[in-house]
Amino acid sequence: MLVIWSFIIYKAIMCVAVFAVSLAIAAYSTWWERKFAGWLQDRYGPKRAGPFGLFQPLADGGKLFFKEEIIPNVSNKFLFILGPSLVMITALMTGAVIPWGRPLHLNNGDIFALQITDLNIGFLYLLGVVSVGVYGIMIGGWASNNKYALLGAIRASSQMISYEVAMGLAVIALVISSGGSLSLTDIYESQGDGGLANVCWQPLGFIIFFVCALAETNRAPFDLPECEAELVGGYHTEYSSMKLGLFLFAEYINMFISSAIMAGVYFGGYNMPEWFENLYRSHVSLDTFAIIGMACYVTKIFIFISVFMWIRWTIPRFRYDQLMNLGWKILIPLSLLNLALTVGVEFLRGNITI
Amino acid sequence: MSTLLLNIPVTQYMFYFLSFVAFLCAIMVVASKNPIHSILYLIITFFAIAGHYLLLNAQFLAVVHIIVYAGAIMVLFLYVIMMMNLNEDTESHKHIYLKFAAVGSALLLLITLVAALKGAEKLTAAAPLNTNVGLIKNLGTTLFGEYLFPFEVSSILLLAAMVGAIMIGKKDIK
Repeated sequence: MLVIWSFIIYKAIMCVAVFAVSLAIAAYSTWWERKFAGWLQDRYGPKRAGPFGLFQPLADGGKLFFKEEIIPNVSNKFLFILGPSLVMITALMTGAVIPWGRPLHLNNGDIFALQITDLNIGFLYLLGVVSVGVYGIMIGGWASNNKYALLGAIRASSQMISYEVAMGLAVIALVISSGGSLSLTDIYESQGDGGLANVCWQPLGFIIFFVCALAETNRAPFDLPECEAELVGGYHTEYSSMKLGLFLFAEYINMFISSAIMAGVYFGGYNMPEWFENLYRSHVSLDTFAIIGMACYVTKIFIFISVFMWIRWTIPRFRYDQLMNLGWKILIPLSLLNLALTVGVEFLRGNITI
Repeated sequence: MSTLLLNIPVTQYMFYFLSFVAFLCAIMVVASKNPIHSILYLIITFFAIAGHYLLLNAQFLAVVHIIVYAGAIMVLFLYVIMMMNLNEDTESHKHIYLKFAAVGSALLLLITLVAALKGAEKLTAAAPLNTNVGLIKNLGTTLFGEYLFPFEVSSILLLAAMVGAIMIGKKDIK
Protein backbone atom coordinates (compact mmCIF):
# COMPACT_ATOMS: atom_id res chain seq x y z
CA MET A 1 0.00 0.00 0.00
CA LEU A 2 2.84 2.36 0.91
CA VAL A 3 4.45 1.74 -2.46
CA ILE A 4 1.27 2.77 -4.24
CA TRP A 5 1.00 5.96 -2.19
CA SER A 6 4.59 6.98 -2.81
CA PHE A 7 4.03 6.26 -6.51
CA ILE A 8 0.97 8.50 -6.55
CA ILE A 9 2.79 11.25 -4.67
CA TYR A 10 5.81 11.11 -7.01
CA LYS A 11 3.56 11.28 -10.06
CA ALA A 12 1.55 14.14 -8.56
CA ILE A 13 4.76 16.09 -7.89
CA MET A 14 5.89 15.44 -11.45
CA CYS A 15 2.53 16.51 -12.92
CA VAL A 16 2.52 19.77 -10.97
CA ALA A 17 6.16 20.39 -11.87
CA VAL A 18 5.61 19.87 -15.61
CA PHE A 19 2.47 22.03 -15.46
CA ALA A 20 4.24 24.84 -13.62
CA VAL A 21 7.37 24.69 -15.76
CA SER A 22 5.32 24.71 -18.98
CA LEU A 23 3.45 27.80 -17.85
CA ALA A 24 6.57 29.56 -16.57
CA ILE A 25 8.54 28.86 -19.73
CA ALA A 26 5.60 29.96 -21.87
CA ALA A 27 5.36 33.20 -19.90
CA TYR A 28 9.06 33.92 -20.21
CA SER A 29 9.02 32.93 -23.89
CA THR A 30 6.85 35.97 -24.49
CA TRP A 31 9.47 38.13 -22.77
CA TRP A 32 12.30 36.48 -24.70
CA GLU A 33 10.39 36.80 -27.98
CA ARG A 34 10.08 40.55 -27.49
CA LYS A 35 13.67 40.96 -26.37
CA PHE A 36 14.82 38.86 -29.31
CA ALA A 37 12.68 40.86 -31.75
CA GLY A 38 14.08 44.02 -30.27
CA TRP A 39 17.61 42.76 -30.73
CA LEU A 40 16.96 41.73 -34.36
CA GLN A 41 15.33 45.08 -35.14
CA ASP A 42 17.96 47.13 -33.32
CA ARG A 43 15.80 48.42 -30.48
CA TYR A 44 15.50 47.69 -26.76
CA GLY A 45 12.39 45.60 -26.34
CA PRO A 46 10.64 45.60 -22.94
CA LYS A 47 12.78 47.31 -20.30
CA ARG A 48 10.46 49.20 -17.94
CA ALA A 49 9.02 46.48 -15.69
CA GLY A 50 11.83 45.26 -13.46
CA PRO A 51 15.47 44.75 -14.44
CA PHE A 52 15.74 44.03 -18.19
CA GLY A 53 11.94 44.10 -18.30
CA LEU A 54 11.85 40.75 -16.52
CA PHE A 55 8.48 41.44 -14.88
CA GLN A 56 6.87 42.17 -18.24
CA PRO A 57 5.10 38.73 -18.43
CA LEU A 58 3.60 39.35 -14.97
CA ALA A 59 2.39 42.78 -16.04
CA ASP A 60 0.93 41.34 -19.26
CA GLY A 61 -0.76 38.51 -17.37
CA GLY A 62 -2.22 40.93 -14.84
CA LYS A 63 -3.50 43.15 -17.63
CA LEU A 64 -5.17 40.21 -19.38
CA PHE A 65 -6.84 39.06 -16.17
CA PHE A 66 -8.26 42.48 -15.32
CA LYS A 67 -9.48 43.44 -18.77
CA GLU A 68 -13.20 43.37 -19.43
CA GLU A 69 -14.40 40.01 -20.62
CA ILE A 70 -16.78 40.18 -23.54
CA ILE A 71 -18.90 37.27 -24.67
CA PRO A 72 -20.77 38.26 -27.84
CA ASN A 73 -24.51 37.79 -27.31
CA VAL A 74 -24.94 36.21 -30.75
CA SER A 75 -22.37 33.54 -29.92
CA ASN A 76 -22.89 30.08 -28.51
CA LYS A 77 -21.77 30.74 -24.94
CA PHE A 78 -20.80 27.24 -23.89
CA LEU A 79 -18.78 26.52 -27.03
CA PHE A 80 -17.27 30.01 -26.90
CA ILE A 81 -15.77 29.17 -23.51
CA LEU A 82 -14.96 25.57 -24.47
CA GLY A 83 -12.76 26.65 -27.41
CA PRO A 84 -9.86 28.32 -25.56
CA SER A 85 -10.13 25.76 -22.73
CA LEU A 86 -9.64 22.88 -25.17
CA VAL A 87 -6.68 24.61 -26.81
CA MET A 88 -5.02 25.08 -23.41
CA ILE A 89 -5.81 21.56 -22.15
CA THR A 90 -4.38 19.84 -25.22
CA ALA A 91 -1.31 22.09 -25.14
CA LEU A 92 -0.61 21.07 -21.54
CA MET A 93 -1.39 17.37 -22.10
CA THR A 94 1.49 16.89 -24.51
CA GLY A 95 4.10 17.33 -21.77
CA ALA A 96 3.02 14.09 -20.07
CA VAL A 97 5.10 11.64 -22.10
CA ILE A 98 8.32 13.62 -22.48
CA PRO A 99 11.25 12.30 -20.40
CA TRP A 100 12.90 15.41 -18.98
CA GLY A 101 15.99 13.63 -17.72
CA ARG A 102 17.49 10.41 -16.44
CA PRO A 103 15.80 9.07 -13.28
CA LEU A 104 16.97 10.48 -9.94
CA HIS A 105 17.85 8.20 -7.02
CA LEU A 106 16.27 9.31 -3.75
CA ASN A 107 17.73 8.88 -0.25
CA ASN A 108 15.25 6.16 0.71
CA GLY A 109 16.26 4.05 -2.27
CA ASP A 110 13.33 4.97 -4.51
CA ILE A 111 13.78 5.96 -8.11
CA PHE A 112 12.20 9.23 -9.17
CA ALA A 113 11.53 9.16 -12.91
CA LEU A 114 11.61 12.62 -14.49
CA GLN A 115 8.70 11.74 -16.73
CA ILE A 116 5.01 11.60 -15.93
CA THR A 117 4.35 8.38 -17.80
CA ASP A 118 6.29 6.22 -20.21
CA LEU A 119 3.66 5.03 -22.67
CA ASN A 120 4.82 2.43 -25.14
CA ILE A 121 2.85 4.37 -27.75
CA GLY A 122 4.27 7.71 -26.61
CA PHE A 123 4.68 9.24 -30.03
CA LEU A 124 1.21 8.23 -31.17
CA TYR A 125 -0.18 9.78 -27.99
CA LEU A 126 1.49 13.05 -28.97
CA LEU A 127 0.05 12.91 -32.50
CA GLY A 128 -3.39 12.08 -31.05
CA VAL A 129 -3.36 15.01 -28.64
CA VAL A 130 -2.15 17.37 -31.38
CA SER A 131 -4.94 16.21 -33.69
CA VAL A 132 -7.55 16.86 -31.00
CA GLY A 133 -6.09 20.33 -30.42
CA VAL A 134 -7.60 21.46 -33.73
CA TYR A 135 -11.07 21.34 -32.17
CA GLY A 136 -10.35 24.14 -29.73
CA ILE A 137 -9.55 26.55 -32.54
CA MET A 138 -12.42 25.35 -34.75
CA ILE A 139 -15.03 25.49 -31.99
CA GLY A 140 -13.77 28.85 -30.76
CA GLY A 141 -13.79 30.31 -34.26
CA TRP A 142 -17.22 28.98 -35.09
CA ALA A 143 -18.85 29.89 -31.78
CA SER A 144 -17.73 33.52 -32.17
CA ASN A 145 -20.33 33.88 -34.94
CA ASN A 146 -18.02 36.16 -36.87
CA LYS A 147 -16.95 35.69 -40.49
CA TYR A 148 -13.33 36.58 -39.86
CA ALA A 149 -13.13 34.20 -36.92
CA LEU A 150 -14.74 31.41 -38.96
CA LEU A 151 -12.34 31.95 -41.86
CA GLY A 152 -9.42 31.97 -39.43
CA ALA A 153 -10.62 28.76 -37.81
CA ILE A 154 -11.05 27.07 -41.18
CA ARG A 155 -7.59 28.14 -42.28
CA ALA A 156 -6.09 26.91 -39.02
CA SER A 157 -7.79 23.54 -39.13
CA SER A 158 -7.01 22.83 -42.79
CA GLN A 159 -3.41 23.86 -42.23
CA MET A 160 -3.02 21.66 -39.15
CA ILE A 161 -4.65 18.63 -40.79
CA SER A 162 -2.48 19.00 -43.91
CA TYR A 163 0.77 19.22 -42.02
CA GLU A 164 -0.12 16.42 -39.61
CA VAL A 165 0.16 13.96 -42.51
CA ALA A 166 3.73 14.87 -43.38
CA MET A 167 4.60 15.01 -39.68
CA GLY A 168 3.26 11.50 -39.11
CA LEU A 169 5.26 10.16 -42.06
CA ALA A 170 8.44 11.81 -40.72
CA VAL A 171 7.76 10.21 -37.34
CA ILE A 172 7.41 6.74 -38.91
CA ALA A 173 10.83 7.12 -40.56
CA LEU A 174 12.30 8.32 -37.28
CA VAL A 175 10.88 5.37 -35.36
CA ILE A 176 12.27 2.91 -37.92
CA SER A 177 15.77 4.36 -37.72
CA SER A 178 15.86 4.63 -33.92
CA GLY A 179 15.15 1.00 -33.15
CA GLY A 180 11.44 0.51 -33.78
CA SER A 181 9.99 1.72 -30.50
CA LEU A 182 7.31 4.41 -30.17
CA SER A 183 8.20 5.04 -26.53
CA LEU A 184 9.96 8.39 -26.18
CA THR A 185 12.27 7.03 -23.46
CA ASP A 186 13.47 4.31 -25.84
CA ILE A 187 14.04 6.85 -28.62
CA TYR A 188 16.06 9.08 -26.27
CA GLU A 189 18.06 6.16 -24.89
CA SER A 190 18.91 4.89 -28.39
CA GLN A 191 20.90 8.10 -28.91
CA GLY A 192 22.97 7.74 -25.75
CA ASP A 193 25.96 5.57 -24.89
CA GLY A 194 27.87 6.10 -28.11
CA GLY A 195 24.85 6.22 -30.40
CA LEU A 196 24.64 9.14 -32.79
CA ALA A 197 21.82 11.67 -32.48
CA ASN A 198 18.93 10.76 -34.73
CA VAL A 199 19.41 13.90 -36.82
CA CYS A 200 22.52 12.24 -38.30
CA TRP A 201 20.36 9.42 -39.64
CA GLN A 202 17.30 11.53 -40.37
CA PRO A 203 18.44 14.93 -41.71
CA LEU A 204 15.59 15.16 -44.22
CA GLY A 205 13.10 13.84 -41.70
CA PHE A 206 14.20 16.48 -39.22
CA ILE A 207 13.68 19.31 -41.73
CA ILE A 208 10.21 17.98 -42.58
CA PHE A 209 9.34 17.63 -38.89
CA PHE A 210 10.61 21.12 -38.15
CA VAL A 211 8.56 22.73 -40.93
CA CYS A 212 5.49 20.79 -39.81
CA ALA A 213 6.05 21.83 -36.20
CA LEU A 214 6.13 25.47 -37.31
CA ALA A 215 2.85 24.95 -39.16
CA GLU A 216 1.22 23.01 -36.31
CA THR A 217 1.99 25.71 -33.77
CA ASN A 218 0.63 28.39 -36.15
CA ARG A 219 3.90 30.27 -35.93
CA ALA A 220 5.21 32.58 -38.65
CA PRO A 221 5.72 32.00 -41.57
CA PHE A 222 2.62 29.81 -41.20
CA ASP A 223 0.55 32.20 -39.10
CA LEU A 224 -2.17 32.58 -41.73
CA PRO A 225 -4.97 31.72 -39.25
CA GLU A 226 -4.40 35.03 -37.47
CA CYS A 227 -3.24 36.98 -40.48
CA GLU A 228 -4.12 40.48 -39.32
CA ALA A 229 -3.84 42.07 -42.75
CA GLU A 230 -6.54 39.82 -44.18
CA LEU A 231 -8.57 38.48 -41.27
CA VAL A 232 -8.49 41.19 -38.55
CA GLY A 233 -7.38 38.75 -35.86
CA GLY A 234 -8.27 35.34 -37.21
CA TYR A 235 -9.97 32.79 -35.00
CA HIS A 236 -9.58 34.88 -31.87
CA THR A 237 -11.07 38.10 -33.26
CA GLU A 238 -13.99 38.06 -30.82
CA TYR A 239 -11.99 37.00 -27.78
CA SER A 240 -10.86 39.37 -25.09
CA SER A 241 -9.31 39.22 -21.64
CA MET A 242 -7.85 35.94 -20.40
CA LYS A 243 -9.65 33.83 -23.03
CA LEU A 244 -7.54 35.58 -25.64
CA GLY A 245 -4.64 35.09 -23.25
CA LEU A 246 -5.26 31.33 -23.23
CA PHE A 247 -5.09 31.19 -27.04
CA LEU A 248 -1.85 33.18 -27.13
CA PHE A 249 -0.40 31.31 -24.18
CA ALA A 250 -1.21 27.91 -25.68
CA GLU A 251 0.80 28.89 -28.75
CA TYR A 252 3.87 29.46 -26.58
CA ILE A 253 3.32 26.20 -24.68
CA ASN A 254 3.02 24.36 -28.00
CA MET A 255 6.22 26.00 -29.12
CA PHE A 256 7.98 24.91 -25.94
CA ILE A 257 6.71 21.33 -26.19
CA SER A 258 7.53 20.99 -29.89
CA SER A 259 11.01 22.37 -29.19
CA ALA A 260 11.34 19.79 -26.41
CA ILE A 261 10.25 16.99 -28.76
CA MET A 262 12.62 18.03 -31.54
CA ALA A 263 15.55 18.56 -29.17
CA GLY A 264 14.78 15.16 -27.68
CA VAL A 265 14.01 12.83 -30.54
CA TYR A 266 16.38 14.36 -33.10
CA PHE A 267 19.15 15.86 -30.95
CA GLY A 268 19.44 13.37 -28.14
CA GLY A 269 17.57 15.16 -25.35
CA TYR A 270 19.50 14.73 -22.11
CA ASN A 271 22.31 12.88 -23.88
CA MET A 272 25.58 14.59 -24.76
CA PRO A 273 28.31 13.47 -27.18
CA GLU A 274 30.05 10.44 -25.66
CA TRP A 275 33.57 11.94 -25.51
CA PHE A 276 32.15 14.89 -23.58
CA GLU A 277 30.22 12.71 -21.14
CA ASN A 278 33.29 10.57 -20.52
CA LEU A 279 35.25 13.65 -19.37
CA TYR A 280 33.26 14.01 -16.16
CA ARG A 281 31.04 10.95 -15.85
CA SER A 282 33.38 9.06 -13.49
CA HIS A 283 33.87 12.12 -11.27
CA VAL A 284 30.26 12.84 -10.38
CA SER A 285 27.45 10.90 -8.73
CA LEU A 286 24.58 9.46 -10.76
CA ASP A 287 22.22 12.21 -9.62
CA THR A 288 24.61 15.00 -10.59
CA PHE A 289 25.04 13.28 -13.93
CA ALA A 290 21.25 13.22 -14.38
CA ILE A 291 20.98 16.91 -13.48
CA ILE A 292 23.78 17.88 -15.90
CA GLY A 293 21.90 15.93 -18.58
CA MET A 294 18.73 17.83 -17.76
CA ALA A 295 20.56 21.16 -18.00
CA CYS A 296 21.86 20.09 -21.39
CA TYR A 297 18.31 19.25 -22.51
CA VAL A 298 17.03 22.62 -21.32
CA THR A 299 19.80 24.36 -23.27
CA LYS A 300 18.83 22.50 -26.43
CA ILE A 301 15.16 23.40 -25.92
CA PHE A 302 16.13 27.05 -25.40
CA ILE A 303 18.11 27.05 -28.67
CA PHE A 304 15.10 25.60 -30.51
CA ILE A 305 12.72 28.19 -29.05
CA SER A 306 15.13 30.91 -30.15
CA VAL A 307 15.24 29.44 -33.67
CA PHE A 308 11.42 29.55 -33.75
CA MET A 309 11.60 33.25 -32.89
CA TRP A 310 14.45 33.92 -35.29
CA ILE A 311 12.32 32.46 -38.09
CA ARG A 312 9.30 34.49 -37.06
CA TRP A 313 11.17 37.79 -37.29
CA THR A 314 13.02 36.87 -40.51
CA ILE A 315 10.71 35.13 -42.97
CA PRO A 316 7.57 36.78 -44.37
CA ARG A 317 4.20 35.04 -44.24
CA PHE A 318 3.18 32.53 -46.92
CA ARG A 319 0.24 33.01 -49.23
CA TYR A 320 -2.54 30.47 -48.66
CA ASP A 321 -2.05 28.52 -51.91
CA GLN A 322 1.72 28.44 -51.31
CA LEU A 323 1.05 26.96 -47.89
CA MET A 324 -1.13 24.19 -49.30
CA ASN A 325 1.29 23.50 -52.17
CA LEU A 326 4.17 23.20 -49.73
CA GLY A 327 2.22 20.84 -47.50
CA TRP A 328 0.67 18.51 -50.04
CA LYS A 329 2.93 18.68 -53.10
CA ILE A 330 6.36 19.06 -51.53
CA LEU A 331 6.43 17.86 -47.91
CA ILE A 332 4.31 14.71 -48.31
CA PRO A 333 6.23 13.34 -51.35
CA LEU A 334 9.49 14.28 -49.62
CA SER A 335 8.51 12.47 -46.45
CA LEU A 336 7.47 9.39 -48.46
CA LEU A 337 10.88 9.50 -50.17
CA ASN A 338 12.50 9.87 -46.76
CA LEU A 339 10.57 6.84 -45.52
CA ALA A 340 11.74 4.74 -48.49
CA LEU A 341 15.35 5.91 -48.05
CA THR A 342 15.23 5.16 -44.33
CA VAL A 343 14.01 1.63 -44.91
CA GLY A 344 16.77 1.13 -47.52
CA VAL A 345 19.51 2.47 -45.24
CA GLU A 346 18.30 0.43 -42.27
CA PHE A 347 18.22 -2.69 -44.44
CA LEU A 348 21.84 -2.08 -45.46
CA ARG A 349 22.80 -1.48 -41.82
CA GLY A 350 21.23 -4.83 -41.00
CA ASN A 351 18.62 -3.50 -38.59
CA ILE A 352 15.73 -4.76 -40.72
CA THR A 353 15.49 -8.30 -41.98
CA ILE A 354 12.96 -9.75 -44.35
CA MET B 1 -23.70 -3.69 0.11
CA SER B 2 -20.35 -2.01 0.58
CA THR B 3 -18.46 -5.30 0.45
CA LEU B 4 -20.36 -6.20 -2.71
CA LEU B 5 -19.33 -2.92 -4.32
CA LEU B 6 -15.72 -3.40 -3.27
CA ASN B 7 -15.58 -6.82 -4.85
CA ILE B 8 -16.20 -5.41 -8.30
CA PRO B 9 -12.90 -4.48 -9.96
CA VAL B 10 -12.27 -0.85 -10.91
CA THR B 11 -12.23 -1.73 -14.60
CA GLN B 12 -15.84 -2.79 -14.33
CA TYR B 13 -16.86 0.59 -12.97
CA MET B 14 -14.90 2.14 -15.81
CA PHE B 15 -16.70 -0.10 -18.27
CA TYR B 16 -20.14 0.93 -17.02
CA PHE B 17 -19.20 4.59 -16.92
CA LEU B 18 -17.76 4.57 -20.45
CA SER B 19 -20.72 2.61 -21.79
CA PHE B 20 -23.12 5.06 -20.18
CA VAL B 21 -21.27 8.03 -21.73
CA ALA B 22 -21.11 6.33 -25.12
CA PHE B 23 -24.84 5.52 -25.12
CA LEU B 24 -25.94 8.90 -23.84
CA CYS B 25 -23.83 10.79 -26.37
CA ALA B 26 -24.86 8.48 -29.20
CA ILE B 27 -28.50 9.24 -28.42
CA MET B 28 -27.69 12.96 -28.22
CA VAL B 29 -26.08 12.78 -31.69
CA VAL B 30 -29.50 11.90 -33.10
CA ALA B 31 -31.56 13.99 -30.72
CA SER B 32 -29.79 17.35 -30.83
CA LYS B 33 -31.14 19.86 -33.32
CA ASN B 34 -27.92 21.68 -34.04
CA PRO B 35 -25.64 19.69 -36.40
CA ILE B 36 -22.50 21.11 -34.76
CA HIS B 37 -23.67 19.77 -31.39
CA SER B 38 -24.36 16.38 -33.00
CA ILE B 39 -20.78 16.24 -34.21
CA LEU B 40 -19.38 17.21 -30.83
CA TYR B 41 -21.46 14.47 -29.16
CA LEU B 42 -20.19 12.00 -31.74
CA ILE B 43 -16.62 12.96 -30.86
CA ILE B 44 -17.32 12.28 -27.17
CA THR B 45 -18.75 8.89 -28.19
CA PHE B 46 -15.52 8.13 -30.03
CA PHE B 47 -13.52 9.02 -26.95
CA ALA B 48 -15.66 6.68 -24.83
CA ILE B 49 -15.07 3.87 -27.32
CA ALA B 50 -11.34 4.60 -27.24
CA GLY B 51 -11.61 4.23 -23.47
CA HIS B 52 -13.10 0.76 -24.00
CA TYR B 53 -10.11 -0.16 -26.15
CA LEU B 54 -7.82 0.99 -23.35
CA LEU B 55 -9.69 -1.25 -20.89
CA LEU B 56 -8.94 -4.15 -23.23
CA ASN B 57 -5.25 -3.10 -23.14
CA ALA B 58 -5.36 -2.27 -26.84
CA GLN B 59 -3.47 1.02 -26.57
CA PHE B 60 -2.54 1.22 -30.23
CA LEU B 61 -6.12 0.76 -31.35
CA ALA B 62 -7.31 3.37 -28.85
CA VAL B 63 -4.85 6.03 -30.01
CA VAL B 64 -5.33 5.30 -33.71
CA HIS B 65 -9.08 5.43 -33.18
CA ILE B 66 -8.70 8.94 -31.77
CA ILE B 67 -6.20 10.09 -34.41
CA VAL B 68 -8.23 8.78 -37.34
CA TYR B 69 -11.84 9.33 -36.24
CA ALA B 70 -11.70 12.23 -33.80
CA GLY B 71 -8.61 13.86 -35.27
CA ALA B 72 -9.23 13.57 -38.99
CA ILE B 73 -12.68 12.40 -40.05
CA MET B 74 -14.73 14.40 -37.57
CA VAL B 75 -12.65 17.51 -38.24
CA LEU B 76 -13.65 17.22 -41.90
CA PHE B 77 -17.30 16.73 -40.91
CA LEU B 78 -17.15 19.79 -38.69
CA TYR B 79 -15.42 21.67 -41.49
CA VAL B 80 -18.12 20.89 -44.03
CA ILE B 81 -20.97 21.71 -41.65
CA MET B 82 -19.38 25.00 -40.65
CA MET B 83 -18.95 25.93 -44.31
CA MET B 84 -22.59 25.09 -45.10
CA ASN B 85 -23.69 27.04 -42.00
CA LEU B 86 -26.51 24.63 -41.17
CA ASN B 87 -28.75 25.41 -38.23
CA GLU B 88 -32.21 24.60 -36.93
CA ASP B 89 -34.05 27.00 -39.23
CA THR B 90 -32.59 25.73 -42.48
CA GLU B 91 -33.18 22.06 -41.76
CA SER B 92 -35.47 20.76 -44.49
CA HIS B 93 -38.70 19.14 -43.39
CA LYS B 94 -38.71 15.40 -43.99
CA HIS B 95 -41.82 13.57 -45.14
CA ILE B 96 -43.55 11.44 -42.51
CA TYR B 97 -43.11 8.24 -44.60
CA LEU B 98 -39.37 8.87 -44.68
CA LYS B 99 -39.29 9.08 -40.92
CA PHE B 100 -41.20 5.80 -40.57
CA ALA B 101 -38.87 4.14 -43.07
CA ALA B 102 -35.83 5.34 -41.09
CA VAL B 103 -37.24 4.00 -37.82
CA GLY B 104 -38.14 0.70 -39.48
CA SER B 105 -34.72 0.16 -41.00
CA ALA B 106 -33.02 1.06 -37.70
CA LEU B 107 -35.19 -1.53 -35.92
CA LEU B 108 -34.26 -4.14 -38.53
CA LEU B 109 -30.58 -3.39 -37.94
CA LEU B 110 -31.12 -3.72 -34.19
CA ILE B 111 -32.83 -7.11 -34.66
CA THR B 112 -29.97 -8.29 -36.86
CA LEU B 113 -27.38 -7.23 -34.29
CA VAL B 114 -29.24 -8.85 -31.40
CA ALA B 115 -29.67 -12.07 -33.39
CA ALA B 116 -25.99 -12.08 -34.34
CA LEU B 117 -24.81 -11.52 -30.78
CA LYS B 118 -27.32 -13.92 -29.20
CA GLY B 119 -25.47 -16.79 -27.61
CA ALA B 120 -22.17 -14.92 -27.60
CA GLU B 121 -22.11 -14.93 -23.79
CA LYS B 122 -21.82 -18.72 -23.86
CA LEU B 123 -18.62 -18.60 -25.88
CA THR B 124 -15.38 -19.19 -24.06
CA ALA B 125 -12.03 -17.88 -25.18
CA ALA B 126 -10.29 -20.42 -27.41
CA ALA B 127 -6.87 -19.53 -26.03
CA PRO B 128 -6.00 -18.40 -22.50
CA LEU B 129 -6.53 -14.64 -22.29
CA ASN B 130 -3.36 -12.85 -23.35
CA THR B 131 -3.37 -9.29 -22.06
CA ASN B 132 -0.52 -8.26 -24.35
CA VAL B 133 -2.38 -9.07 -27.52
CA GLY B 134 -3.29 -5.44 -28.19
CA LEU B 135 0.22 -4.04 -27.85
CA ILE B 136 1.63 -2.55 -31.01
CA LYS B 137 4.38 -5.13 -31.50
CA ASN B 138 2.04 -8.11 -31.36
CA LEU B 139 -0.54 -6.35 -33.48
CA GLY B 140 2.07 -5.55 -36.15
CA THR B 141 3.41 -9.10 -36.23
CA THR B 142 -0.08 -10.50 -36.62
CA LEU B 143 -1.16 -8.00 -39.27
CA PHE B 144 1.94 -8.35 -41.41
CA GLY B 145 2.33 -12.07 -40.88
CA GLU B 146 -0.85 -14.06 -40.58
CA TYR B 147 -3.21 -11.49 -42.10
CA LEU B 148 -0.91 -9.92 -44.70
CA PHE B 149 -3.16 -10.62 -47.68
CA PRO B 150 -6.46 -9.25 -46.26
CA PHE B 151 -4.52 -6.26 -44.92
CA GLU B 152 -3.08 -5.41 -48.33
CA VAL B 153 -6.41 -5.99 -50.06
CA SER B 154 -8.18 -3.60 -47.69
CA SER B 155 -5.48 -0.98 -48.25
CA ILE B 156 -5.97 -1.24 -52.02
CA LEU B 157 -9.71 -0.87 -51.46
CA LEU B 158 -9.11 2.31 -49.47
CA LEU B 159 -6.79 3.65 -52.18
CA ALA B 160 -9.43 2.96 -54.82
CA ALA B 161 -12.05 4.75 -52.71
CA MET B 162 -9.71 7.73 -52.34
CA VAL B 163 -9.06 7.97 -56.09
CA GLY B 164 -12.80 7.60 -56.72
CA ALA B 165 -13.62 10.42 -54.30
CA ILE B 166 -11.14 12.71 -56.06
CA MET B 167 -12.58 11.81 -59.47
CA ILE B 168 -16.13 12.56 -58.29
CA GLY B 169 -15.00 15.80 -56.67
CA LYS B 170 -13.28 17.05 -59.83
CA LYS B 171 -15.35 19.51 -61.80
CA ASP B 172 -13.95 18.98 -65.29
CA ILE B 173 -12.36 15.65 -66.13
CA LYS B 174 -9.96 15.89 -69.03
